[in-house]
Amino acid sequence: MHIKEEKAERHTLAVIVDNEPGILARIAGLFTARGYNIESLTVSEITEDKQVSRITIVTSASSHVLEQIVAQLDRLVPVHKVRDLTTEGAHVERELALVKVRGTGEARIEALRLAEVYRARVVDATISSFVFEVTGGTEKIDKFVELMNEVGLIEVARTGIVAISRGKDAA
Amino acid sequence: MHVEPPVCNHVAYAKKEDIVVAEKSGADILVEALCDLGVEVVFGYPGGAVLPIYDAIFKQKRLRHILVRHEQAATHAAEGYARSTGKPGVVLVTSGPGATNAVTGITDALMDSIPMVVITGQVATHLIGSDAFQEADTVGITRHCTKHNYLVKDPARLGATVHEAFHIATSGRPGPVVIDIPKDVQVATAKYTRPGPIQHKTYRPQIKADPAVIEQLVDMLAAAERPILYTGGGIINSGPAASLLLRELAKITGAPVTSTLMGLGAFPASSPQWLGMLGMHGTYEANWAMNQADLIIALGSRFDDRVTGRLDAFAPNARKVHVDIDRSSINKTVRIDMGIVADVGHVLEDMVRVWKARQHPKPDTSEWWRRIEGWRAVKSLDFPEGDGKEIMPQRAIRALWEAAHDRAPIITTEVGQHQMWAAQHFDFEAPNKWLTSGGLGTMGYGLPAAIGAQLGNPKALVIDIAGEASIQMNIQELATATQYRLPVKIFILNNEYMGMVRQWQELTYEGRYAESYSDSLPDFVKLGEAYGWKGILIEEMSQLDGGIADMLAHDGPVIVDCRVAKLANCFPMIPSGASHVEMILQTDKVAGTLDDEAKALV
Repeated sequence: MHIKEEKAERHTLAVIVDNEPGILARIAGLFTARGYNIESLTVSEITEDKQVSRITIVTSASSHVLEQIVAQLDRLVPVHKVRDLTTEGAHVERELALVKVRGTGEARIEALRLAEVYRARVVDATISSFVFEVTGGTEKIDKFVELMNEVGLIEVARTGIVAISRGKDAA
Repeated sequence: MHVEPPVCNHVAYAKKEDIVVAEKSGADILVEALCDLGVEVVFGYPGGAVLPIYDAIFKQKRLRHILVRHEQAATHAAEGYARSTGKPGVVLVTSGPGATNAVTGITDALMDSIPMVVITGQVATHLIGSDAFQEADTVGITRHCTKHNYLVKDPARLGATVHEAFHIATSGRPGPVVIDIPKDVQVATAKYTRPGPIQHKTYRPQIKADPAVIEQLVDMLAAAERPILYTGGGIINSGPAASLLLRELAKITGAPVTSTLMGLGAFPASSPQWLGMLGMHGTYEANWAMNQADLIIALGSRFDDRVTGRLDAFAPNARKVHVDIDRSSINKTVRIDMGIVADVGHVLEDMVRVWKARQHPKPDTSEWWRRIEGWRAVKSLDFPEGDGKEIMPQRAIRALWEAAHDRAPIITTEVGQHQMWAAQHFDFEAPNKWLTSGGLGTMGYGLPAAIGAQLGNPKALVIDIAGEASIQMNIQELATATQYRLPVKIFILNNEYMGMVRQWQELTYEGRYAESYSDSLPDFVKLGEAYGWKGILIEEMSQLDGGIADMLAHDGPVIVDCRVAKLANCFPMIPSGASHVEMILQTDKVAGTLDDEAKALV
């Protein structure tokens, strides 16, 4: 006997939650308990009084499971609302990466040149290394990291996706 | 000498000058809030981390505390109380092992949507995270087996949290809520005022359906040639009015009614429109009617795997409407044509009103009923009688029903064959009379649930229909019934096997009975007597009616050890991975094996 898997699509969800202790564990635990995937998850407070947080989750699942994910998230008591940005229309996705590169001579110059192409900023420099800050969609960051790998990548820190809908209305 | 009271990060202890403004300890606030919420009974077990609360309970008279013998039993007793009264069940246990012992019952309540509030003691706030004595991460452990949970770190927040917890436990789809209270928060003082009606920031269950959707649903029902109402525990949870409205809807539309295990009693078994329970051990007519229907209206039921059988063969020609208060139930396992998120009682009320306002005539479903009668004629619940001496377990349940049904008893069960036989052969006429562990299938549920039900219904006849294996899982609760003089009855169908396990081993593993024999059984009569119960042994048919009569006549708790046919199996049955029309009937041969796909299903 073999276990079958369904075809998955990648979706970005925005989850607005009351900022209470354990909310992140509640959400992460829901995903593991019900066997859903999390590709990335970011969270931060978004109101002045620090009462509300916005969680951006990138998940991949079949459309049937996605409907369940949204319903299950929405059922958690501290959740204000859940939006499937991928389904609801145009939206902007960005992530930020800090990329540490080591090298001297030609490699160092090449790294700087590539950074310029990718509009990455130098946020730290030594005689033999740089830390670049780069923002963009996941593909752009992947590509930049791949190029830096050739030049002398040491390590990468990425935030994961944050996303917001286009246009004048809130998600 | 002036001694500074101990102060920790989160709790401001009362200073002398504050006492004049009538601050109360957290423990007193808890007790007062529970009383304000109308709580009369708390099921619990004391321990170090709840001593302040127990002292507060000791000093008052409004709350009645019932001392169980194991925390799991406190949760099942609270479930039994809740299911039989419609009021939330309340549990009080200590930290660490008290809380972890309660986890099974909390999960049970989550699966079966039972309103319950569980108060757990916790080590003092400054000790949390230090692996202190009897410390467990209760909110972490219970996060995914509760509807919601709280760790209260400030006594000033305690009263409001208790009120909010009851609101969440009892509204929308009911469920268990845990409030974890560190010991210093129980001792520290704060002001408590009774809050008004709760308008929660984020939690607002949808109660009423869109009127246009109701109109559409009535159109569908009026036009259907082969409709069926598939009802579940949601009708019971909605309250007795929902059961009455279901009866009304069935009457005016002529539609047949079937129910899940959890929904038994919402529709009277004596009605000619009743098809019996559906699903794995449901009747032939209920399962065939589901399979052949052109319209299924699911009312407070959730298309559980025990109900649907093989999903790709489930009700292939039916349009499916699903009424459920929990949006996540809709489209979870079965694709639905029309989902209605609302309280099923309100939807039934609206449907009846719209139907009557339109003066719909009763649709002609005579052809549909003719087919149903054909399936009914199979008499799928019939069973072979024994040799006249041996008691068939089904016969024992029917005899119990014959003798007791006039008294509208509350029946609880454990889990296994006896549970399914009780569901099939004990006919219920009213809601809140049938208490069983459906979703989680917790052996050991029945006795504590019966204790809870008896406390909520002091005059009722409460019978736990049990198996000899399940009953041993919470047998210590015999003492609880004795202590509070609760006249509960336990009726054990003793076949010396974990019968359902054995039945599956026959079906799937060629009769290799791995560990399913109940060896070294106690003498249940003597065991009962040791706890102050009356014990009755029934060994053969000639003793059955007399034994049951003796049990019912005794004004006190009775344990009946009813020896039944050892190898009887529970039919009809839809085997794992099969569809509604592939039922095994009583007369079929069941020994054999199944392929791996079927073996992998529970």
